[in-house]
Amino acid sequence: MAIKLKELSHKKDLLAPGHRCCAGCGSILSVKEVMMAVDGPVVVSFATGCLEVATTIFPYTAWRVPYIHCAFENSASVMSGVEAAYQSLKKQGKIDKEIKFIAFGGDGGTYDIGLQALSGAMERGHDMLYVCYDNEAYMNTGIQRSSSTPRAAATSTSPAGTVLPGKTQFRKDLTKIMAAHGIPYVAQATPDRWRDLISKVKKALEIKGPKFINILSSCFRGWRCAPEKSIEVTKLAVQTRFWPLYEVEYGKWKLNYKPKEYVPIEEWLKTQRRFQHVLKPENKPLLEEIQKNVDQRWEELLQLCGESSPEVTPGN
Amino acid sequence: MSTILPLTGNESGAEVMRQIAPDVVAAYPITPQTELMHRFADYVADGKVPTELILVESEHSAMSACVGASAAGARVMTATSSQGMALMWEILYIAAALRLPIVMPLVNRSLSAPINIHCDHSDSMGARDTGWLQLYCENCQEIYDTGIQAMKIAENKDVLLPVMVCYDGFILSHTVERVELLEDHEVKGFIGEHIADHPLLDVDNPVTYGPLDLQDFYFEHKRQEAEAMRNAKPVVLQVAEEYEVLSGRKYGLFEEYFSKDAEYIMVCLGSAAGTAKAAVDELRAAGENVGLLKLRVFRPFPAEELVAALADAKRIAVMDRADGVNSIGGPVFSEIRAALYGRSSAKISNYIYGLGGRDIDIEMMKSVFQDMKDGKYAEEAFYLGVRE
Repeated sequence: MAIKLKELSHKKDLLAPGHRCCAGCGSILSVKEVMMAVDGPVVVSFATGCLEVATTIFPYTAWRVPYIHCAFENSASVMSGVEAAYQSLKKQGKIDKEIKFIAFGGDGGTYDIGLQALSGAMERGHDMLYVCYDNEAYMNTGIQRSSSTPRAAATSTSPAGTVLPGKTQFRKDLTKIMAAHGIPYVAQATPDRWRDLISKVKKALEIKGPKFINILSSCFRGWRCAPEKSIEVTKLAVQTRFWPLYEVEYGKWKLNYKPKEYVPIEEWLKTQRRFQHVLKPENKPLLEEIQKNVDQRWEELLQLCGESSPEVTPGN
Repeated sequence: MSTILPLTGNESGAEVMRQIAPDVVAAYPITPQTELMHRFADYVADGKVPTELILVESEHSAMSACVGASAAGARVMTATSSQGMALMWEILYIAAALRLPIVMPLVNRSLSAPINIHCDHSDSMGARDTGWLQLYCENCQEIYDTGIQAMKIAENKDVLLPVMVCYDGFILSHTVERVELLEDHEVKGFIGEHIADHPLLDVDNPVTYGPLDLQDFYFEHKRQEAEAMRNAKPVVLQVAEEYEVLSGRKYGLFEEYFSKDAEYIMVCLGSAAGTAKAAVDELRAAGENVGLLKLRVFRPFPAEELVAALADAKRIAVMDRADGVNSIGGPVFSEIRAALYGRSSAKISNYIYGLGGRDIDIEMMKSVFQDMKDGKYAEEAFYLGVRE
């Protein structure tokens, strides 16, 4: 399943140019890459959010495949209805095509308001892939904190004030929650590692049953970095081990990339002004707390993936 | 040929589903709708229907899955009650505005708080402006007949709106009555094949459902939805006529029970109409000039027809099994009074009754007619059968 750049460049975009996403939007890159992995007929659904708003403003649509948006919290349940309709009509001999189903949602529509619908759809075993484009806050409504927003990030509703230094909680580990559903395939990806991302989507679409891929996607408006840095920031999120690339296939955890050297989380935080207060000398304990959390999560992941860690001595 | 069976309201609803055999049903349990789904799940388990039954994790997802399945091109049904429909609220509007012909038996139950599992119409009345058609049933036979008609009405190309088939929780859902069923092939022939206009599964002709619709188009789309609801009225009548040919049972926008020449007319909907008919019978036997107008179709609201039917009444009493909690009156009353404004000199009073399953009996119905005769009138609603 080698992904060849040349072949991809000749492929017709299923998501047409001319949509109205910001220049430098990481989410649209993620979605575009997901769609590049699709070979046959596909139906997509979207949760309310930036991408829904920017790709479909009546009477225009950027979608060259069947698309449905219903509401914010139900991309998964809407798609479960589409998939059930397909299974029913196929069973009755009213349709014979092989069709794939991909539901999309941002982190707000996935981690928060849509978590129940997602969990239900995955548990029911619908043959669909759910993709979360996770940009770590409610960007469409004006950068409010979500349960995916990292600790200390300043958002419109978790501003860095004189008393509270940004978001007071650590982020929810949704990918692990989805792995705990025992579904056939769960993965994390980033758009800068396009080969990894596209391979994962291709693999997921070959597997029958419910699949989940979580893609860290930058939003320069919310992350407060330069639009031209949108690829670089997610790259650094992987290097600092904030966003490890891994997959869980039929219960087997696999780390897809292990950074060669230890890059402190500070290097990632530095690239985004939503964290600028964390780097002030008086917030050193906060920075240490964040680093500790990243390290701890990484260790847990290594164990799940059966990887050794130089930082951990046996019996520790 | 028809089959006659002793069926509860829920079992009648399940028969409707079995004979329609939707491609997809999405459902979540809530009292008193549950037995309908139990019975239908048996049909699925025994392979009597080709339906994909999606047992969702909430009513919000039930309606969302119905939206997805219907947009995909499937014939779709669900059923719910009370809080379940309250949770669907957001998606009810979307189902209607995306013009998806979903049919939903709604087993009427009161809304919390206080929590109560018994009948009133707070659930459906709250959803009266969601863009769904609302048809109310008096008995189990009507549940069956209305359910079959609902699918044909919903899928009519001039309508393409979802339909709620409303029937009273426990009073009908759990009461066994004699129900005459059509043969399976008769129902199939009556409703015909479902052919969706722009299904998502037509992958060669991709369409976008649910785009952002701003100041330049939203209003036109809502206007078209309103027009579809207007179109629904003649379609309801046309389908009723066709159904009468098939079944011998007559349906309309409302039923006029000795009301054509009556001085005192009660307007009511749902199972209480049966009680009201018994009261009318007794009073008519005693020489009283009373009648009942049983409203069947609340959405679309048949204003013109109601005005004509009520024009000669001396007094009108409108019965509401839902309180508007608005210091004016119940929803049926508000709309009937608005329809009659300037077109009738009859005084119209409002009675709120039966909330949370409170019994209403023949004597109480008779007391309403007596009130009209006595000239009892107030601007505010009367509460019937409550301890003040």
